Amino acid sequence: MSLELRSLCATLSDNSALFSPVNLVVEKGEVACVMGPSGVGKSTLLNAIGGHLDTHFGIAGDILLNGKSVKNLIASKRQIGVLFQDPLLFPHLSVGDNLAFGLCSSVVGAKKRKLEIEQALEQAQLSGFYHRNPATLSGGQQSRVALMRALLARPQALLLDEPFAKLDMELKYTMRDFLFDQARQRLIPILLVTHEPKDVAAAKGPLIVLQPI
Amino acid sequence: MSDTASNTLLAYITKGRILPVTFSIQWPKWTMLAILVMGILAPVVTGLGETTRAAFGILPVLGKHHFNLTAWQQLFQLPGFTTSLQLTLVSGFLATSTGLILTIFGCAWVYNTSEKSFLFSKLKPFIAPMLVPILAAPHAAIAIGLTFLLAPSGWLTRLFSPWLTTWQLPPNLTTVQDLWGLSLTLGLIIKELPFLWLISLVALKQINLSKQLSIAQSMGYSYANAWYKIIIPQLYPLIRLPVLVVLVYALSTVDMALILGPNTPPTLALATMRWYNDANVAMLLPASAAAIGLAGLMILSVFVWEIAIVIIMAVTKIATRSGARGKHWRLVSTALATALPMSLLLGFLSLVVLLIWSFTWRWSFPDALPTSWSYSYWLKLITHWPLALQHSIILALGSSAIAVIFAVAWLEVQDRFGGYLSRLTLWFIYLPLLVPQIAFLYGLKVGFLRIGLNGGMGAVIWAHLLFVFPYVMLSLIDSWRAIDRRYLQVAASLGTSTWGCFWRIKLTLLLQPLLLAWAIGIAVSIGQYLPTLMIGAGKIETLTTQAVSLASGADRRLVGVYGLLQALVPILAYMLAIYLPRLMALKKL
Repeated sequence: MSLELRSLCATLSDNSALFSPVNLVVEKGEVACVMGPSGVGKSTLLNAIGGHLDTHFGIAGDILLNGKSVKNLIASKRQIGVLFQDPLLFPHLSVGDNLAFGLCSSVVGAKKRKLEIEQALEQAQLSGFYHRNPATLSGGQQSRVALMRALLARPQALLLDEPFAKLDMELKYTMRDFLFDQARQRLIPILLVTHEPKDVAAAKGPLIVLQPI
Repeated sequence: MSDTASNTLLAYITKGRILPVTFSIQWPKWTMLAILVMGILAPVVTGLGETTRAAFGILPVLGKHHFNLTAWQQLFQLPGFTTSLQLTLVSGFLATSTGLILTIFGCAWVYNTSEKSFLFSKLKPFIAPMLVPILAAPHAAIAIGLTFLLAPSGWLTRLFSPWLTTWQLPPNLTTVQDLWGLSLTLGLIIKELPFLWLISLVALKQINLSKQLSIAQSMGYSYANAWYKIIIPQLYPLIRLPVLVVLVYALSTVDMALILGPNTPPTLALATMRWYNDANVAMLLPASAAAIGLAGLMILSVFVWEIAIVIIMAVTKIATRSGARGKHWRLVSTALATALPMSLLLGFLSLVVLLIWSFTWRWSFPDALPTSWSYSYWLKLITHWPLALQHSIILALGSSAIAVIFAVAWLEVQDRFGGYLSRLTLWFIYLPLLVPQIAFLYGLKVGFLRIGLNGGMGAVIWAHLLFVFPYVMLSLIDSWRAIDRRYLQVAASLGTSTWGCFWRIKLTLLLQPLLLAWAIGIAVSIGQYLPTLMIGAGKIETLTTQAVSLASGADRRLVGVYGLLQALVPILAYMLAIYLPRLMALKKL
């Protein structure tokens, strides 16, 4: 598995580019970081890769996932997971049902699915949280559930938009290590938008600095 | 210091100014509650009570003093009773469920920013200009316009005849007032869909919709499936009350059924009104039984509706657990999303055709437009300034002004003396909308007579208030709560008094929502048919009572004038509410 960006940039309706084109290869299990000044379009870059751009944006260049272009696929066909700053657990579903929503539909059968969700909860050190209302969880716990939910969908790549920004220092580091471990175990290429140089050091992968035009 | 801590401190320092009276003073709260109980709860309860007494045989005016069930036996034996019942249920449930489904598809259509569909980009700018007039126009105006549009000799047939249909004469078909109540259902959908849609769009702002959809789609869920499993379960609880209001309205409307529904037999609500108006006063008893029966039917219907929702939600949860990503249903969703603009277009054309008829002199059948025009009806209107227009304006201004003042007073009292609108109080406020009008209006008339309110303007304004106030409150409450309290804290810390805060900050910040609430009040009052007719004892004619009674008549031009005028007054109020603050802002520059 690998994620490759070839001269990728988001464009406005008049075809002007938002940032200078990005060239990048993220190998499986590797974590690449994206930095850049506020408002340069880091989130827009992630939206372009994930297929979540508004219609008034366009894309130039190409996005390859495992060697195949996904540029013209709609978001739900790309198999590229996203995590935002907020965990955005669905408030009408329990923790377990949030994970069930994520869990790939190729896992069939209520028992089998429940077992896999319980395992995911265990990995996130949240055993026994299956029936909890997500609103009753702490910020760190919610972030871990959100990450497991994204991973259970078995994405081919994962995009993270400052996922730890709202956590306090200590939690941030444990969460980051947990995320990197999971990615390396599951051999998923990860693209991480961050403001923290320490994140870049820990990621040990390629770094992109977005430049405004 | 963290933000919240400093805010708390600031609030503590300035509390003396914002809350000049200690919490122990409760009388303003009790006064407001007393006004609510006396003004809204008491009339509904009295009305239901008096109607119930009559339904069980007690009607002293007719010399009946003893409890019995004769009225009910009579009711069940009345010709067409079961058909009426069936008709009511079919049109009510069909209109509400279709309206809700189309609302949801309409919302999904608006938010679908990633779909580069033709429909999305091309139609969106036309939506708002069509939406406002339909929202503002009374039900009767839309219904009359729709008959002018869909009747065998209506505008639609004219537009396509004879070049497409080869018809030289109106076809011998039943399109409006069909036996199945389908045209009534269509009319209800056209009028209620924009309301539900707007309410839903406002409610959706509370949900982090686009990111939740992105997450679901990134996991492989189709857009339609993400809406089904993620958005709808969060949306429905937010719009439950308006949906139930629509259900109750659809099951109990009289004016729309009169214009669009079948006549032999009519829906239960309309049949009840006919029995009330029967020349034989003894019919008052079975009519009251029917009215109370309708109220019972409403409770049952709400119950059935909610059970159905619970079942649907349970099925949705099971589907969610299965992890199925769903098909795209692109064709179906596009078709259903198209229904919203189509419905808006029909509603808008209904108003346009009223406009055309009101200026028509000669318009013979297959012509697409009138052959000769005239403004004589409008001229007569301006020179004579008919009583119906005067009454409508007085009733609308009176009831909307009282409703807005009371709503503001209520919210301000809460701000100053603490407390909040409990769920129970909210249900009190909405009670008149959740009970069929006909179930308590006759009883209310009896009650009013007992305290000496003899069907004058005052009594009718009061009756209108029962329906105006809930809508005014509903539209104002969220904006009032959304005022950033820090403005008030800042003002107070600068030495502004409580009243200064009220006049110069709250009311100024809320100018637009206040004007909109007032305009909604005007629209609701102008549209009232049954309360005006029953409480005014048929003596107070308004634009709506005139338009409805003329609707079955032959002179489409006159009906066009009244129908349009009925829509025009609220539309003007809306325009004023929308543009006045902008004009005032321009002046300040």
